[in-house]
Amino acid sequence: MKMTGADIFVRALEDLGVDVVFGYPGGAVLNIYDSLFQNTKIRHLLVRHEQGGVHMADGYARASGKTGVCLVTSGPGATNTVTGIATAYMDSVPIVVFSGQVPTLMIGNDAFQEADIVGITRPCTKHNYLIKQTKDMARIIKEAFYIASTGRPGPVLVDIPKDVLTGSAEYHLPKEVKLRGYHPNYEGHQKQVENAIRMLLEKERPVLYAGGGIILSDSSSLLSEFARILGIPVTTTLMGLGGFPGTDPLSLGMLGMHGTFRANMAISHCDVILGVGARFDDRVTGKIDEFAPGAKIIHVDIDPTSIQKNVPVNIPIVGDLKDVLRKMIKLVKGTKEAAKYRKKIAPWRDQIAQWKSTHPLAYKQGKGRIKPQYVVEQIYQITKGDAIITTEVGQNQMFAAQYYLYDRPRTFLSSGGLGTMGYGLPAAIGAQVAMPGRLVVDIAGDGSIQMNIQELATAVQYRLPVKVVILNNGTLGMVRQWQELFFQGKYSQTCLPQVPDFVRLAEAYGAAGFRATKPGEVPQVLREGFAADGPAIIDILTDPDAMVYPMVPAGAPLTKMLLV
Amino acid sequence: MRHTISVLVENEFGVLSRVSGLFSGRGFNIESLTVAETLDPTVSRMTIVTSGNDQIVEQILKQLNKLVAVIKVVNLTGAETVDRELVLIKVNAEPETKAEVLRLVDIFRAKIVDVAPRCYTIEMTGDEEKINALIQLLKPIGIREVVRTGRVAIARGM
Ligand SMILES: Cc1ncc(C[n+]2csc(CCOP(=O)(O)OP(=O)(O)O)c2C)c(N)n1
Repeated sequence: MKMTGADIFVRALEDLGVDVVFGYPGGAVLNIYDSLFQNTKIRHLLVRHEQGGVHMADGYARASGKTGVCLVTSGPGATNTVTGIATAYMDSVPIVVFSGQVPTLMIGNDAFQEADIVGITRPCTKHNYLIKQTKDMARIIKEAFYIASTGRPGPVLVDIPKDVLTGSAEYHLPKEVKLRGYHPNYEGHQKQVENAIRMLLEKERPVLYAGGGIILSDSSSLLSEFARILGIPVTTTLMGLGGFPGTDPLSLGMLGMHGTFRANMAISHCDVILGVGARFDDRVTGKIDEFAPGAKIIHVDIDPTSIQKNVPVNIPIVGDLKDVLRKMIKLVKGTKEAAKYRKKIAPWRDQIAQWKSTHPLAYKQGKGRIKPQYVVEQIYQITKGDAIITTEVGQNQMFAAQYYLYDRPRTFLSSGGLGTMGYGLPAAIGAQVAMPGRLVVDIAGDGSIQMNIQELATAVQYRLPVKVVILNNGTLGMVRQWQELFFQGKYSQTCLPQVPDFVRLAEAYGAAGFRATKPGEVPQVLREGFAADGPAIIDILTDPDAMVYPMVPAGAPLTKMLLV
Repeated sequence: MRHTISVLVENEFGVLSRVSGLFSGRGFNIESLTVAETLDPTVSRMTIVTSGNDQIVEQILKQLNKLVAVIKVVNLTGAETVDRELVLIKVNAEPETKAEVLRLVDIFRAKIVDVAPRCYTIEMTGDEEKINALIQLLKPIGIREVVRTGRVAIARGM
């Protein structure tokens, strides 16, 4: 039986198990919205801005491991998704974005609400499609989900002209995907794995360096098992937080620009790095020629382009971390060598413990202004480390990374690669949709939160009880910090004197608003906000002079940290 | 160092911009790029000449491989290959230089494919060195325009 393109679209999503779509309608996708009307299998959430919709799909995906879906109209609807797509691309998040397009015959004519979104998103999608015929719709949708969620995950955009939606074809969803040019390699090379273990065991000062790949591949428990068998300290990137328990004695915390002293010292003084699912990006390595000068590097990643891109690697292993870590565990588990090794590297762990005790993360909360670090610590204590935390970008993001300890994967959602202000609130909403029973908290800045504040309406409409804690310092704090340190304190355009009254703003949206102005009020106000029925904004007036330390200035080696 | 890379791609719209966009977006350099259909009409072959150190070329090969529309990537550099380029050269042909032009055409086994009152159009295929040599020798006579196809290459034997 023939079906319309729009019906095929909806049916394909159903058959692929999609249960949530974040979307925003418009002329080019009216037919899809018509097919979705009163559909009971797919829940559609009406967002307030397409960028928010993509971040929600992204937050949904990061929190659940499933592929997030976003649906928008042509032209401005499509271009509004670009920041969200680029954000997901940089952090390898599996999402599929569907955009409407003008009818095929009008493409290229500068038709009303036409944008070449396939051209625009080519460099920030894993792959993208323009569907030209209704009969290709089901196959392409199947491929899109397959590409987004396999190998190194990433966003896929599918552009659908209006006549493809109104046309009709037989519905046939292929069982398998056959793509000549796409064969992710999951199996790590056994010999290389053996070489890696041999190299590791020869050394005395090892560090495990874990990135977002650990979380994307769901291999954090394997990582913990492996690290404990050999007693190797683990540092994670921002994206890797939660990939190894932050409270584990072997945890070094985050490394890099705002990493802990011990993590940066350890990586700079180690003699071997086992990098897993990380990409040695500039925020992690600092000055590249002086990165880990004495270390051999073993690098495991599913994406061959990540390997050898920034640093020369001694032993490259392309494969799924799950497979490679299993192979590694098999080689060492219960062996005498492992026991010997744990003992051999004890002095190294002692050295690290000493770095930790001489230079812990530190701040002082006096009677005066509220310190943002204190707020994050209080959030940690009140939630017992059990919340899903999303962040905006800036100081709020770094404090959330430093002062909340993440013991489980998929509990810290942050725009790491692109650093997108405005990510946190919609991502929190997406995460809440995926995890209805969990407490989801966006740790925000007063600058960032204003970039997608409109999504508060979405949270209220769908009764998604996300909590936004604004570290309200009245400034674009992180930029101001750079001006303080590197531009002689000339605060050019970083003061936000016109911050709205967030409590009343929350109320205007139908959410609850809370405020703390003194340190003593913080725990109580947080508790009240978290206990509130629906979504809440908790506005906390913090010290504008607070700075994120340690800090490795851009382009400096990791050992040249600015400390408190 | 210069590399010749042969890339089999899906023969569909947008593939060329995926590949060229990859080069421009990542700051890789393209010296020449040719595309045409292969025996299998669903597949096209691109021959790309690029340059860079080993690390850059390794990245180029990996990044190309990562594109979903790319089926196969082969670096022909160092392998035994035959490579050719075609050139069309429009050169001045005044009464006093005509003979010299004809002589060069003959020596290089090129062809004159168009004759106008005061100029000839020469066609030649060959490797890059040979083409460069002909251009150098024609320059003093007065070249009006040069159109080159860029290199195509194929592995020897097999
Ligand atoms: C969309 C976007 N624009 C600009 C920036 C540059 N930027 C990085 S941090 C920052 C300041 C953020 O201010 P705020 O949200 O108040 O957070 P704070 O640093 O004060 O915690 C800016 C402007 C960015 N990361 N994203």
